[in-house]
Amino acid sequence: MALDSRVPEGPIKDKWTDYKNKINLVNPANKRHIDVIVVGTGLAGGSAAATLAELGYNVKAFAYQDSPRRAHSIAAQGGINAAKNYQGDGDSTYRLFYDTVKGGDYRSREANVYRLAEVSANIIDQCVAQGVPFARDYGGLLDNRSFGGVLVSRTFYAKGQTGQQLLLGAYSAMNRQIARGKIEMFNRHEMLDVVIVDGKARGIIARNLITGEIERHSAHAVVIASGGYGNVYFLSTNAMGSNATAAWKIHKKGAYFANPCYTQIHPTCIPRSGDYQSKLTLMSESLRNDGRIWVPKNMEDVMAIREGRKKPTDLSEEERDYYLERRYPAFGNLVPRDVASRAAKERCDAGYGVNATGEAVYLDFASAIERYGEEQAKIHNLKNPSKEKIIELGEKIVEAKYGNLFQMYEKIVDENPYKTPMMIYPATHYTMGGVWVDYNLMTTIPGCYCIGEANFSDHGANRLGASALMQGLADGYFVLPYTIGDYLADDIRTGKIPTDSKEFDEAEKSVKDRIDFFVNNKGSKSVDYFHKKLGKVMWDKVGMARNEKGLKEAMAEIKQIREEFWKEVKVPGNADEMNPELEKAGRVADFLELGELFAKDALMREESCGGHFREESVEESGEQKGEAKRNDKDFAFVAAWEYKGEPADAVLHKEELEFKDIELKQRSYK
Amino acid sequence: MNLTLKIWRQKDSNAKGQMVDYKVTDISEHMSFLEMMDVLNEQLVNSGEEPVAFDHDCREGICGMCSMYINGEAHGPDRGVTTCQLHMRMFNDGDTITIEPFRAAAFPVIKDLVVDRTAFERIQQAGGYISVNTSGNTQDANAIPISKHAADEAMDAATCIGCGACVATCKNSSAMLFVGAKVSQYALLPQGQVEAVDRVQNMVAQMDLEGFGNCTNTGACEVECPKGISLDNIARMNRELMKAAIK
Ligand SMILES: Cc1cc2nc3c(=O)[nH]c(=O)nc-3n(C[C@H](O)[C@H](O)[C@H](O)COP(=O)(O)OP(=O)(O)OC[C@H]3O[C@@H](n4cnc5c(N)ncnc54)[C@H](O)[C@@H]3O)c2cc1C
Ligand code: SF4
Ligand code: FES
Repeated sequence: MALDSRVPEGPIKDKWTDYKNKINLVNPANKRHIDVIVVGTGLAGGSAAATLAELGYNVKAFAYQDSPRRAHSIAAQGGINAAKNYQGDGDSTYRLFYDTVKGGDYRSREANVYRLAEVSANIIDQCVAQGVPFARDYGGLLDNRSFGGVLVSRTFYAKGQTGQQLLLGAYSAMNRQIARGKIEMFNRHEMLDVVIVDGKARGIIARNLITGEIERHSAHAVVIASGGYGNVYFLSTNAMGSNATAAWKIHKKGAYFANPCYTQIHPTCIPRSGDYQSKLTLMSESLRNDGRIWVPKNMEDVMAIREGRKKPTDLSEEERDYYLERRYPAFGNLVPRDVASRAAKERCDAGYGVNATGEAVYLDFASAIERYGEEQAKIHNLKNPSKEKIIELGEKIVEAKYGNLFQMYEKIVDENPYKTPMMIYPATHYTMGGVWVDYNLMTTIPGCYCIGEANFSDHGANRLGASALMQGLADGYFVLPYTIGDYLADDIRTGKIPTDSKEFDEAEKSVKDRIDFFVNNKGSKSVDYFHKKLGKVMWDKVGMARNEKGLKEAMAEIKQIREEFWKEVKVPGNADEMNPELEKAGRVADFLELGELFAKDALMREESCGGHFREESVEESGEQKGEAKRNDKDFAFVAAWEYKGEPADAVLHKEELEFKDIELKQRSYK
Repeated sequence: MNLTLKIWRQKDSNAKGQMVDYKVTDISEHMSFLEMMDVLNEQLVNSGEEPVAFDHDCREGICGMCSMYINGEAHGPDRGVTTCQLHMRMFNDGDTITIEPFRAAAFPVIKDLVVDRTAFERIQQAGGYISVNTSGNTQDANAIPISKHAADEAMDAATCIGCGACVATCKNSSAMLFVGAKVSQYALLPQGQVEAVDRVQNMVAQMDLEGFGNCTNTGACEVECPKGISLDNIARMNRELMKAAIK
């Protein structure tokens, strides 16, 4: 099948408006006869479910947690971008569009990104109307902060809990529709397959996680909003339950999977401390507004610190290497994430890591505390304030800005980050790759849509901070509700989709067979054993830096782990009860396939771009020596993979990327 | 360190539960409490027993899933943390730790340490929202200035994670702190005024219907709340109720 992105004709700034004017609509009386399934109730699924229900469709929404409010969007800390230009610092729709395409290393679809920038301002208006308590200044207007990779302040935030507040906003909109009976909410339910009837997505098979019952649900369209697949690395900043199952199941039924190798390794996470570790914790990027990143200049100091003979605060300015400020004077500590992560890895690989594992760098707030303290002393008219007073005043400001993050750090590491620099290291955080969708957010299965982190669309090879929340809400509140109408307009006379068809029988049977296999397999190893093994291969060979040899080994090793998994996995308990081990088994089985496709995609892409760094493709000379080298001539395309049985046999389809409105450039943050 | 765990095991909502003893060894003080539970569960799986079911997801104190009653305290001995943020450094070698589910009539046990908190959902559905449709032509976000004070206070109330520790801690199983937090968030903002009367009345009515108890001002909820939701929110909700009654 040829890939048709269905991008409308016309100048980029008019595409979306013109398209909306011409699109088919469903009349309000007919919407009552149309059902839509939404899998996932994070920012993307929650906002979509609420908006579709407001429009009059009958929505069935699914989440594996016990409430929509607990989707992993809740954990987003830093903020959400919007081109409001409230700060008057030169922001505009075009600039947000430009920054996002550039930040994504020119691997995203221009028209989608422009639309995203266009609707971004509406998101803030909508959320404020819902009562989302964004931070404000003393004049009562909305406040902004800046994030990496941009030169304006366009990030809206609610302390360090922006995702929580936005999700609770979408949740409240959902609750209003649940109360009206327009959304039927299925908590503690997991979608385990999609059902395709006459070539169209017409329903799902889901497992009730309390009773173990396998249920059939039909609808005229299915929307997947199940989040990212970062847990393929076992350790990541994702929630324990975050998984790829929904996305992977539709892939196996015909949806192409795009750019799986584009993964974001976030530079500022708390380093791992031991083998028992179950997850990694993010320290928001917003900290890089005020924190300075460094390692010691001299190896003797590194050793002294590791052995506890010296403290980081003992080192003078001259003895520190603020390596981001040194290498990237224009952006300094605010370079994009991929650049910051690789720079940390470079220093640690060279032996300058500051903790026992050798995998940590410092994030230091001392200068910020002093700067804020001096500012406050002036504001309060203090004459010759003491150093202690300045620090006290400065710490108050830092606490007001990042208090909850500092508290979180202290609880985990047991060190006071006001007094000694934080230790951080990169960790898997976000997946830019995902299910391929066209301009309408429809997958290659007619009637099956994919939104939020689960799709591939807007961030290219690297996502800028505060843009995932924007994309999830843009998809759910403002894009999908229009585009899905165009498709559903043909279904006004279809009537209810029956669930007693052979297609439902077959899908249900394959789901049940797999579950029965797990509970009856008399293996010898736990699900986590395999998940950890997979994660180690992914991190070592498909992590921050990749090369041909490692990727080939990774593909072979993952296949081996998968084979062992199907022989040796042990799942206690039964199918007809709450069984968390069984849930995990199904998810890890899918990760074991996805991981191999991921490595295959990384192997195919013989260039470095965004989060994907191939050691064979670096600049050899000049000012950019050692930096990632993109290859636009051969690789300016989206890699969309078609499922053919084994992941290794997946077939590549290319969507060539055209850049009509932006000139392709080497990304320079120097 | 080596520990003895006394854990509530219950097969499903109809079964009778009981406390069962387990031993775990070589627990590092840097582990989180749930990582210690992972060690136990791995041990159980490897010996062919059913692992202990417990709710958890984000493991960073924000989703509100985790919910253990540890040594007689909701979320355990530390303050201002959820169960997943509790660290083993709070315990000593040789300790015996009792672990139970959050208990309340309105939170029936589903299995082991997992409880059903959907009563909270129904309270939110009764009025925890502002009725505004998504349209793309809502007024500009800066059209209504809101004092920083009010915005910050609303934010403090809005940080409730819906974990239910307040209920589990309260001797009356009252949900006033949870409901008060939501009512307060909207009461403090201009956007919330239009529906203020209906909201507080409907949410409180649903709370009563779900079987949560009354508030007798013991303040235990505030102490155990991982997010520091203040009792002021209960007072504010009561004022809102009075105002609603007069209108
Ligand atoms: C710690 C952290 C901090 C972040 N901070 C920021 C930030 O500051 N700014 C920013 O822009 N982005 C941030 N991000 C990224 C952003 O939060 C996510 O990309 C975004 O929230 C994803 O939203 P979503 O709706 O696509 O998916 P999610 O919120 O992950 O929701 C997934 C939903 O799918 C459901 N689900 C999954 N599988 C199934 C299944 N098989 N059956 C049924 N239901 C299923 C889940 O129950 C859940 O409801 C952060 C991410 C993390 C991890
Ligand atoms: S008020 Fe506190 S204890 Fe109660 S549900 Fe909210 S966060 Fe949990
Ligand atoms: S697991 Fe999310 S708050 Fe504890």
